[in-house]
Formats: sequence, C-alpha cells, structure tokens
Amino acid sequence: MNLTLKVWRQKDAKSKGKLESYPVSGISEHASFLEMMDVLNEQLINEGKEPVAFDHDCREGICGMCSLYINGEAHGPDRGVTTCQLHMRMFKDGDTIYIEPFRSKAFPVLKDLIVDRGSFERIQQAGGFISVNTSGNTQDANSLPIAKPMADKAMDAATCIGCGACVATCKNSSAMLFVAAKVSQYSYLPQGQVERKERVLNMVDQMDKEGFGNCTNTGACEVECPKGISLEFIARMNKEYSSASVKAEN
Amino acid sequence: MSKGFSKSSVGRKVLMALSGFFLMFFLVQHLAINLISVFSADSFNAASEFMGTNPLVQFALQPVLFFGIIFHLAMGIYLELKNRAARPIKYAMNKPSENASWVSRNMVITGIMILLFVGLHMVHFFFPTINAHYITHEHLDAYEMVANKMANPVYFGIYILAFIFLALHLLHGFQSAFQSVGFNHNKYTPIIKKLSYLYAIAVPLGYAIVAVYHFTNACCSSASCSL
Repeated sequence: MNLTLKVWRQKDAKSKGKLESYPVSGISEHASFLEMMDVLNEQLINEGKEPVAFDHDCREGICGMCSLYINGEAHGPDRGVTTCQLHMRMFKDGDTIYIEPFRSKAFPVLKDLIVDRGSFERIQQAGGFISVNTSGNTQDANSLPIAKPMADKAMDAATCIGCGACVATCKNSSAMLFVAAKVSQYSYLPQGQVERKERVLNMVDQMDKEGFGNCTNTGACEVECPKGISLEFIARMNKEYSSASVKAEN
Repeated sequence: MSKGFSKSSVGRKVLMALSGFFLMFFLVQHLAINLISVFSADSFNAASEFMGTNPLVQFALQPVLFFGIIFHLAMGIYLELKNRAARPIKYAMNKPSENASWVSRNMVITGIMILLFVGLHMVHFFFPTINAHYITHEHLDAYEMVANKMANPVYFGIYILAFIFLALHLLHGFQSAFQSVGFNHNKYTPIIKKLSYLYAIAVPLGYAIVAVYHFTNACCSSASCSL
C-alpha cells in the first residue's frame, strides 16, 4: 500500500506544532498501524530527519499506552481496538491518513504525538484504590465471598486500561467514562465499601480540577472505548456521587 | 449535602437533568391547555383566565417556572463554554458523526433556537396577558389572541420550526436526563429510549396540531383562501 500521512509534529510542549505530510510506500495490509509508524520512522532516520515520537508499549492492546487520533477517530476507524491492534487493511491504497495527538486541555502535548496523561494518574491517586494491610497477613481470597454478577460487573469496569480515548473522542473532552469505570469497579466489591463515599467525591473533584469538560451523554466514549466500557458506569457514578454528596457532613 | 455538589461537573449535570424534567412536565401541562383551544373557545378562555389570575399559579408556580427556564438556559450555556475551553486546539480531521448522533452533539444549538422562540412567544402572549391583568385591567380574549397570531403565516411558520427544534432537543434530552440522575438499567433503559422518541415526537406534534388548526381556521375564514 502507498499512503500519504499527515502527522502532527511538535518539537516540545512549549512549541507550536503543525501537520507535516509524509509519503510511505510498500506497507503490508497485514501490518499494524504502529508497525507502519515504525516504517515511517526508519524512513525519516535514513533521510536524516527527526523520527515521529509516539507512545507505545505492550502492542497487545492491554497496556493503554498507545493513543493517536487517526482520521478523525480515537484509535482509528476500527471498533474495540487500540491503535496497536489497528491493522492497515482498514485503509485503502492511496489513502491520506491524518494522525494527531489526543486533544484535551488536560492532556498537554509533550512532543509530536505524545501527550501527558498524568491527569489520569492524579485522579487515581485521589481515590482509585483501597486501603488494605499488605504487611504479610493478607486474607485468603475465598474468605470473602462475592456474588458472581457483582464480580462480573466489577471486572467489566476494571477492564478500562486508562488510554484516554474517551477524553479524546468526547466533544467536551470529558473524562467521565474513565473516572466512572474506576469508581464503579470498587463500588461493586466489599473491599471498596469502606472508602466508597470519599472515593467518588475525591475522584470527581480531582477530575474537575484537571480541566476536563462536562459529560453531555452523547455516548461517543462508549463507541470509541477499546475495552467497551459501558455508559451504565457513568450513570452509576452519577448516582454514587449524588448519594455521597447528600450524606456528606461538610 | 456536600458544599461542592452544585459546583462539580456531576452535580451540575444532575441539576441540568432535574430542571429538564421539570420543563418536560411543564410542556405537557402547557400542551393540555393549548389542546382545549381546538375543542372549545370558551373553555380555553376559562382555562387561560384561571392560569392568568390564580394566585397559586401566578405567584408560586410561575416564579418556579421562570427560575427553571433561566437556570436550564444559563447552566447549559455556561457548561457549553467550559466544554469548548476544555479542548483549546481542535482536531484538523474529526468525524464526530461516526460515534454520536447529531441531536446529542448539538443540544446548545437546538436549545438556543428554543430560547429565541420562547422570547417571541412571551412577546406574543405572556406580556400582553400580564399587561391586561395587572396594568390596563382590560378584558382579554385569549382565544382571539391565539387565533390572530396563528393567522399570520410568518408567525405560524416560526412556531412550526420551533416545534421541530423542540423535538430535536427532546430526542436527546429526555433519555439523557435519566442517565444524568443515575438511572441506567438493562431492562428499563431500552424502554426509556422508546419513551424518549414517543415524548419527543408526540409533545411537539401536539403543539403543531394546535397551531395548524388555528392557521387553517383563519385561512378558511379569509376570502383569499382557497382551502
């Protein structure tokens, strides 16, 4: 396949970026999108140019590291996949492909296609955990029975890999699908009950401080999420938040 | 109650939904009175007289309604501005229609069109009624006022257009309000979505039928009309 790539190039966080055009040729339709990016970078290095910086790690669709807004969609035109699982057969020979970083005030661009998703880390630090004694006397897992439907729901929420596609695709740059998945995951489990109220209040508070937009229930996040996190969790978070707010003492 | 509720993204979303529910309830009540005008001019005048003079309606319900409208409008615009600021650099290539409906993405546009209509509607009916009841103390024939306004093809066209925008706004708003207050259920959410379509089409259609009735009435009674 021969393609024209329009790639966002930006020297560093402070510089102004712009789209640059690069032709690439001889791309296999069986190649993954990131392998195609590797071919582009080899080509750029051979030409003595700066390679394109982009995030990637496991390349198995489970780490949440890869990003990219490809031809107007987070993780590209395929559904239920991350960019590393996107294959070039989704494109046609001669296509022009726009490759941009995830855009949000809360995801500042660091270089080229790499954005700082530290805002997600700070939201997690605000409450996305349970406080347990890990000093060597951990309970046996079977001593705490959990109903299968609850365990399944918690697992569904826990499949969120925190890639940020929900923020990137949302017209409001809202992080509610991510935060909802993290809040819901613990709310279904007995271990999560102790800090249940503070968790949702603190995580939503941190989300708002980071500068994400507000959810308007368009549902775009659910469609673009590589892990298929459901909008149901956002409704659950809304309920958790309202309930925790009503019961809060200050 | 947490102090930060009304300042948080989730709290504001819940308040938008609650004010939306209230306005959707009001739309049904307003439509019920409008429909009376199709059946009986006298009954419509009596209903209008009641709504225009009853102290409970005038001094308790009406201020709540105004607060609801202004809150929903002001918060909607404020949130839209905040949401736009959350993405300072736009995408060079974006395909929003691939994952979200037009109505869900353009609530602010349909909302502003409804707002403009509400302004015109107040000039047409609300202010003359207030003027007659509290300032000039003249008798006002509400039915005649409606019939006169709807006889004007331009006003009639604007009203029909406004009802279309209302339907578009409600198509998303009805179901979205349930989601915002935290109601999402495997069994009931599909029913709510169907109810959303029913409400969003039936209510504006009801308003449109009343407008069409008065427009055709006026048209048929005028000499120049061939209907």
